[in-house]
Amino acid sequence: MDDHGQKLSTQHLQAWFGAHLALKEVSIDIPGNRVTAIIGPSGCGKSTLIRCMNRMHETIPSARAAGAVLLDGRSIYQQDPVQLRRQVGMIFQKPNPFPTMSIIDNVTAGLRLNGLRDRRRLEEIAAQCLQKAALWEEVKDKLRYPGAGLSGGQQQRLCIARALAVNPEVLLMDEPCSALDPISTSKIEELIHELRAHYTIVLVTHNMQQAARASDQTAFMYMGRLVECGETRQVFTTPKAQQTEDYITGRFG
Amino acid sequence: MQWRYHMRKIIDWSMSGAAMMATLCGLIPLILISMHLLRRGISSINLDFFTHMPQPVGEPGGGMANAIIGTCLMVGIATAIALPIGLLGGLYLSEFGERRTGAAVRFAADMLNGIPSIVIGIFVYGFVVVPLGHFSAMAGGIALSIIMMPMILRNTEEMLRLVPHALREAALALGIPYWKTLLRVVLVTARRGIVTGILLALARIAGETAPLLFTALGNQFWSLRLDQPMAALPLQIFTYAISPFEEWQQQAWSGALVLIGIVVILSLLSRWMVRVPQVKTDG
Amino acid sequence: MSADRILKWVTASFAMIVVVLLCGIGIMLLVKSWPAIHTFTWHFPLTRLWDPVQGAFGALPFIYGTVVSSLLALMMALPLGLGIAIFLVELCPDRLKGTIAFLVELLAAIPSVIYGLWGIFFLVPWLRETIEPWCIEHLGVVPLFEGPPYGIGMCAAGLVLAIMILPIIASISRDVLETVPNDQREAALALGATRWEMIRTAVLPYGRSGLFGACFLGLGRALGETMAVTMVIGNRPEISTSLFHPAATMASVVANEFTEATGELYLSALFGIGLVLLSITFLVNLGARWLVLSIGRLPQGT
Repeated sequence: MDDHGQKLSTQHLQAWFGAHLALKEVSIDIPGNRVTAIIGPSGCGKSTLIRCMNRMHETIPSARAAGAVLLDGRSIYQQDPVQLRRQVGMIFQKPNPFPTMSIIDNVTAGLRLNGLRDRRRLEEIAAQCLQKAALWEEVKDKLRYPGAGLSGGQQQRLCIARALAVNPEVLLMDEPCSALDPISTSKIEELIHELRAHYTIVLVTHNMQQAARASDQTAFMYMGRLVECGETRQVFTTPKAQQTEDYITGRFG
Repeated sequence: MQWRYHMRKIIDWSMSGAAMMATLCGLIPLILISMHLLRRGISSINLDFFTHMPQPVGEPGGGMANAIIGTCLMVGIATAIALPIGLLGGLYLSEFGERRTGAAVRFAADMLNGIPSIVIGIFVYGFVVVPLGHFSAMAGGIALSIIMMPMILRNTEEMLRLVPHALREAALALGIPYWKTLLRVVLVTARRGIVTGILLALARIAGETAPLLFTALGNQFWSLRLDQPMAALPLQIFTYAISPFEEWQQQAWSGALVLIGIVVILSLLSRWMVRVPQVKTDG
Repeated sequence: MSADRILKWVTASFAMIVVVLLCGIGIMLLVKSWPAIHTFTWHFPLTRLWDPVQGAFGALPFIYGTVVSSLLALMMALPLGLGIAIFLVELCPDRLKGTIAFLVELLAAIPSVIYGLWGIFFLVPWLRETIEPWCIEHLGVVPLFEGPPYGIGMCAAGLVLAIMILPIIASISRDVLETVPNDQREAALALGATRWEMIRTAVLPYGRSGLFGACFLGLGRALGETMAVTMVIGNRPEISTSLFHPAATMASVVANEFTEATGELYLSALFGIGLVLLSITFLVNLGARWLVLSIGRLPQGT
C-alpha cells in the first residue's frame, strides 16, 4: 500500500474568522487510503484546516477561505458543497446523532436525503455500515430505538456508520475521541485502522499517542502554520523542526 | 441521480424563498396598520385633542383629555398594586423558590398570564364592582394590575437569576447580611432588566380594553374620582369606533394614533434599556 | 426572628398573592355561574339556542365560534410564523436580524382595540367588496363560501386573530430554533444535506415539542382575544358552515351583553360562558407550558 496518489491536497490555503487569520498559507498533501494525523496545540488551526476540506468552514457566519483545495486534482471550490460533502464525510468532536431518530434512521439519514426509499435496501446498507463501524453486534436487536440512548462511544461509532452510509471517499475526523473514555477510544482507533483499507482518513487529534498509534503520516501545526509533515515514525523520532521536537517531547508552553 | 440532485436544489431554493415570503407577509399588516393610522389619525391631532373634552355628537373638534388622564390614572393604580407584588414575588422565586411553593407560584403566574383579559374583567366585576355597588376607576386599576402582576413577577425572577452567584458570594464574604445583599446588591445589579420588564408590562396594559368594560365602564365627562366610573383611552376608541357617527370615528382614529404612540415609546424605551451590554450567562 | 427569615416570609406572602388570585378567579366564576349550572346542568354548553328574551341560554354557538375562529387563525398564522422563525434563525443576515425581530415585536405590541378599529374600517370593507364576492362567485358551491358578502363574520375574525397571534408564534418558534445546538446542523450538512434538508431533518425535529408549545400559546391567545374579534365578527349567536356568515365567540358575547344583562339567570349564564372560556384556555396553556418547558429535557448526547 505504498503507491497511493494524492487524494486531497491544499495549496496556500488561508482561512479567516472575521478579521482573524486562522490558517496561514497551508499546503499539505493527503495520500489516498492512508491515515493522516494532524497534531498541534489547541487553537493552532488544525480543526479549521479539515473543516476547509469539506467546506464546513464557510457555514460559520463571517468565516471565509482563500487558496486552493484539490480533491482528485479538482478544486473543491468549483464543486457544489452539498455534493462535495457526500464524497468527503466528517466525524465531529462530540457525538451528534439525531436525537429524534432511531438508530437505523440515523444511519440511513444521508441516503434518504438523496431519495432512496426502498426499505429493504436501506436496512441492508445500514447493517453493512454498522458492521463496518463495529457497532452491529451491540445494536442489532434495538435498531428501532433512539440513537440517543446509546453510550458516548457507541454514539460516536453510530456517527461513523452514518457518515459511511453515503459512501464517501474521504473521512475527516475532528478529535473523534476527545469526549470518550479510554475503552471507547481504543475501539475507535482499531476502527480507524480497519477503515484505512477503503477510505482516506484525516484525523485531527490533540493526543500525540493517538497520532503515533493510529496514523501513517503526521502533520504538526502551530499558530495557523503547517510546521512539518512526514511519515509518522519519522516525525516522532527524528523531527526536522525544532518546534515539532519541543511539542512532542512536551517542552512546550 | 442528476435529476434528483436538481430537484433537491430547487426545493432548497423554494423553501428559502417561502421563508422570506412569510417574513414579508408577516410585515405587511404592520405596514398597512401604521399607514392607515397615520393617514386617518393625524388630521385631528392637535393641542385640543390633549386638553379638551369630548364634544357631543354633531359638533366637530373636541379632544380626549379625560380619557388620556383616565388611562394614566388607572395604569398608575395598576402599577402601584402590581409592582410590590411582582418585585417581591420575583425576589422570592429567584432566591427562595426552589421548593414546592416556588413551583406553585411559578405555575400560578404562568396560568394567570394566559387567562383571557375579559375573564379578569368579569372577575373584578364580581369581586369589586358588585360589593361596592357601582363601577369605578379603582376597579379598572385592579383589573389591569392582575394582568400586570404575573408579567413583572416572572421577568423579575429571570433577571435576578442572571446575576452571577459569585457577586452574591462576594458581598456575603464582606460580611454583609443576606437580606441586605439581596436588596442592595442583587436587585440593584439587575435593575436594568427589571425596569425593561416593567416598561413592557406598562405598554401592554395601557392598551387593554376588555378588562375595563365592566370595571371602569368609561365616562364622557371629566372625573378624577377613583370611586366613580372613569374614561380610558382604549375604551373611548372602542365606543367611538363602533358608533355610527363620522366625527366620532375620526376621533377614534386619532385616539388610536395617540395610544399606539404611547405603546411604541414604551417599547422603544425598553429596547433602549437592553441595548447596554448584559451579563453573559453561558460558559 | 432574623432579618433573613423576615425577608423570606414577606416575599413569600407577596408571591402567594398570585396563587390566591388564580384560585379566587376560578371560585368566583364558579359561584357566580352556579344558578346557570344548576338550571341547565350539562345541557348548557351543548344547547344551540341563545335567546335572552325567552330565557334560553345555550353556549354552543359561542363555543363553536371561539373554536372555529381560533383554529382558522392558527391555520393561517402557523406556517407564516414558522417561516418567519426559520428565516430569522437560519437565513437572515445578521445585520437585518435585530430590525426584523423588533418589527415582529411591534406587531405584538399593538393593542387589540386598534386591530379592531383597523379591521372595521379596512379589513372588513376589503373582504366585503373584493375577496368575498370573488369567492362566492367562483367557489360558492362549497358550503364554506356560501351566502351574501357581509364583510364582518367568521372570516374577518379569523384573519384579525391570525395577524394578532402571528408575532407570538414567530417569536416563540424563533427562541425554540435558537436552542437547537449547532452540532445538529453540522451533522446534517456533513452528510450532504442542503440547507432546507438540514432544517427538515435536524432543526425542526429537534425543536418539535417547543414548536408545538408555540402553537398552543398562540391558540390560547386566540381563544381569549376579545376586542378585535368583538368588533369584526358580527356578534350573531348562530352556527353556520359559511366563513362569511356573522358569528359570535365566548369573549365577544360577554363583552357585548354583560352590562345589559338583566336578571340573575342571564348574568349567571354569561359568567358560565366565562367559566367555559377560562377552562378551555387553562387547558391549552397547561399544554403549552408543559411542551415549552420540555425542550430543555431533550437528550443532549454525552
